[in-house]
Amino acid sequence: MSDAPMWVEVVVAALLVASGLLALIGALGLLWLKNFFQRMHPPALAYTLGAWCVTLAAIIFFTEFEGRLILHHWLIIILLCIAAPVTTTLLARAALFRQREETVLQKRKQQADNGERDAG
Amino acid sequence: MSPFLAGAITLTLACYALAMALTVIRLLRGPSAQDRVLALDYLYLTGMLVVLVLGIRYTSHMYFEAALLMALFGLVGTAALAKFLLRGEVIE
Repeated sequence: MSDAPMWVEVVVAALLVASGLLALIGALGLLWLKNFFQRMHPPALAYTLGAWCVTLAAIIFFTEFEGRLILHHWLIIILLCIAAPVTTTLLARAALFRQREETVLQKRKQQADNGERDAG
Repeated sequence: MSPFLAGAITLTLACYALAMALTVIRLLRGPSAQDRVLALDYLYLTGMLVVLVLGIRYTSHMYFEAALLMALFGLVGTAALAKFLLRGEVIE
């Protein structure tokens, strides 16, 4: 196998390392941020920019390698563009619902305790 | 594969491995169920990126299909888990 031209390798390597760093930053955010609604944001970094970088690197690399335009890696970007907002919205709604339910339960418990104290 | 590109790919895979390790910590610790679902979704995404990079490393088109399936099943799994958290059952 013959090696690719230098500029192709530099571009592909830069895109790959950038996506690796973005995924790492996303994971750090997932670990460090304080509550769930803050933690929902860092994965978007890898979902959009990280996946775009890898896909562009794959397109450039395979196009150069095969000598013809290879574009089917776009499918992954399209799929992720559809998937990311759907999962984020569903998870946010689930989290909001559970939070509300918890506060309602706590209030009821408090009221019950107060009632017991009044009766006693 | 030139040593330069191979080194860059190794660095990228190391970054992904570290990211997955941090995500697993969140998955095990995560105070609430939705935190765990989010971490699982992120694990799916990072695994898919690893598969894509391996496809470049071994110059094979087979890895692309695996990555596509992982993206699809990540969406389905996370949507089902979120639905379960919201309603208590997946299909009503």
